Amino acid sequence: MSRLTVPKTYKLYIGGKFPRSESGRTYEVVSAKGDFLANAAKASRKDARDAVVAARAAVGGWAGATAYNRGQVIYRIAELLEGRRAQFVDEIQSSEGVTAAQASAQVDTAIDVWVWYAGWADKYAQVAGNANPVSGPYFNLSVPEPTGVVAAVAPQGVPSGSLLGLVSVIAPIVVSGNTVVVVADEAAPLSAISLSEVLATSDVPGGVINMLTGSAAEIMPWLAAHADVNALDLSGAGSLEGAKGESWVDLQLAAAETLKRVVPPVAGIPRPALEGITAFVETKTVWHTKSML
Amino acid sequence: MAFLEYAAAPESPSILNLKAQYGLFIDGEFVDGHGDVFDTISPATEEVIASIAQATAGDVDTAVKAARRAYETVWSRMSGSDRGKYLFRIARLVQERARELAVAESLDNGKPIRETRDVDVPLVAAWFFYSAGWADKLEHAGLGPNPRALGVAAQVIPWNFPLLMLAWTIAPALAAGNTVVIKPAETTSLTAMLFAEILQQADLPKGVVNIVTGPGPTGQALVTHEDVNKVAFTGSTNVGRMIARQVAGTQKRLTLELGGKAANIVFDDAPMDQAIEGIVNGIFFNQGHVCCAGSRLLVQENVHDEVIDRLKARLSTLRMGDPLDKNTDIGAINSAAQLERIRTLSDTGENEGAERWTADCRIPDKGFWFAPTIFTKVSAAHSIAREEIFGPVLSVLTFRTPAEAITKANNTPYGLSAGIWTEKGSRMLALVDQLKAGVVWANTFNRFDPASPFGGYKESGYGREGGRHGLTAYLEASGWDAPAALSAASTAPADGKRAARKPKQTRKAVAK
Repeated sequence: MSRLTVPKTYKLYIGGKFPRSESGRTYEVVSAKGDFLANAAKASRKDARDAVVAARAAVGGWAGATAYNRGQVIYRIAELLEGRRAQFVDEIQSSEGVTAAQASAQVDTAIDVWVWYAGWADKYAQVAGNANPVSGPYFNLSVPEPTGVVAAVAPQGVPSGSLLGLVSVIAPIVVSGNTVVVVADEAAPLSAISLSEVLATSDVPGGVINMLTGSAAEIMPWLAAHADVNALDLSGAGSLEGAKGESWVDLQLAAAETLKRVVPPVAGIPRPALEGITAFVETKTVWHTKSML
Repeated sequence: MAFLEYAAAPESPSILNLKAQYGLFIDGEFVDGHGDVFDTISPATEEVIASIAQATAGDVDTAVKAARRAYETVWSRMSGSDRGKYLFRIARLVQERARELAVAESLDNGKPIRETRDVDVPLVAAWFFYSAGWADKLEHAGLGPNPRALGVAAQVIPWNFPLLMLAWTIAPALAAGNTVVIKPAETTSLTAMLFAEILQQADLPKGVVNIVTGPGPTGQALVTHEDVNKVAFTGSTNVGRMIARQVAGTQKRLTLELGGKAANIVFDDAPMDQAIEGIVNGIFFNQGHVCCAGSRLLVQENVHDEVIDRLKARLSTLRMGDPLDKNTDIGAINSAAQLERIRTLSDTGENEGAERWTADCRIPDKGFWFAPTIFTKVSAAHSIAREEIFGPVLSVLTFRTPAEAITKANNTPYGLSAGIWTEKGSRMLALVDQLKAGVVWANTFNRFDPASPFGGYKESGYGREGGRHGLTAYLEASGWDAPAALSAASTAPADGKRAARKPKQTRKAVAK
């Protein structure tokens, strides 16, 4: 006889743990055909602020890890994702209404994007840094460093993008040692939460990637104005519209108050690019005197 | 009481051939503006040097149109090697007229001739010489094949290093193939006008560099102009915030080089002779009108008294006075408004309980002066440990362990620069890793070079000036092709991958 299935409760992912929204709110996630899939947690301002606290606490350890180590940890995300391909294909198929082949292609590319960025971890500094030939007896070196905590929006409602869009946003942020608070695709958040489960069982330290589900238009203004957020990735924010008609421009305006670095919206899904990494690094230039012999 | 008596050795202003009135420099010509004129004075004597035109929004529009025309018809079509040759010419002309520029700068800004002659003007020439060589090598700038210029750059610069900041911004912009409209600070427009003469001597095509003078509203008209592709601002964090808001939602690229409250950290094993000189240079160079000044001295507790005693002794030998005198160490404060701000913040420091010591200097009768001042017994909560004073005022704090030094150094919304003094290299490098600052000087301070990127973390702004990084602030990548296996990740629209990286159209005009 057919077995009664056991559905999953989809929750937030903050600081390596899976809390419900402190607000107790959920929203209904439906399939492309309109069938009920799950009640996802609808994150609140408090959840966003908790996520920033967790992200800030994780910066020291993650940015302080060796680049080789970060590269391996990110590569391991790809490994675990590969092992759970079927689950992701299934979820994407039901929530996006795409074919099995299209869903498979999306998952495969998402895995390959992780692998591509994993390889940059111990190389981007060589490409983005410099030895500077200054006019004097000084050793002078410029090195890129992660900027700190980044708040990001995954692409919203982009076809074949609920997993790939999210991964294309967070991978370049975390590879250099930043931590991230990201708001998943509001309409198709299931694979984001399942990705959190992959992260939780990989070696990514808790707090490095914090996943919120709910309304990006509601949550992002709090993150954009948060004084302990260093940068704002609006790659996926192009279509946001707040209750009073606010757009991503209002997020950029809020970010100006604390002079956050802001990446403006892109059409579709961000392409894998070195610039995706360097958009969230600071260049530190160190001068040291050379003594006379 | 002076440390040693020197005969006055003033540089003569007779080398200058100044006009009584300066207009705007637009499309290769000096033109009268449509606004009022204002006087630029010598802050050392309060005497009028010349009158300067105040550009209206209409004048700014004319300048941007000239820059756009020059970009479309001349500068973007010129070979990189020819653009470079113009910049080499400018570098040489600056060297040839170095003495004149140094005298004019000291006269107009109030900074000692020793600094304009040995630091500002040589660096101006170096900046153009360095940038010139990039013009025909842009594909090596690290942005991939065929990087493109942005178009018209709007630049607003401060009064603390008037000609040097002009060079920092103009030289890389032109090398990358952009044209420029620049607004010098209201109180220090004089050397920009002399620079315009140099551009004429270099026969730079008209409209490639346009100079509009005036106060804040002139700058606002410039950065909010619709036909500007790039905005570069150097100045206060508050104005930087305002500009970030004004640029929000547009496709303009923005770099901001803003304020600082740098920690200069002295360990007990520091090379003490050099450290004392470095502390003095860190905060009293250019009367402390330096965004990266080492305004917070963090000294290890066990050497605090020794350091303070030696600092006081050294400061007592500094000579304050006529900026044109070659013996002068400390010149005039740039303006009455800035002097007032320094006085107010210093009084606040005293009222909040810090202990004030001021060098015994003779204050000239006229002009704006502030004697070198040290505050000890400063806590991290004091205003003088938090706010940028932008004057010759040093706040001294103490620490016991490296961890405490790091915490205190990073305890600021700013993150422009920092200094470390220790003979232990491993400790220096460990500290460098932890400091949130864009420039860290180890066993030196306040060094600048066109090859070396400069710029801040956090609220000290974003983007870098100088070096390869500074050049890329004026370039746009054409983009590498995405790796083939990841091509599915590139969901670019039909008009190509470049559009996919562009922000969407602005939804609304922003003017807050």
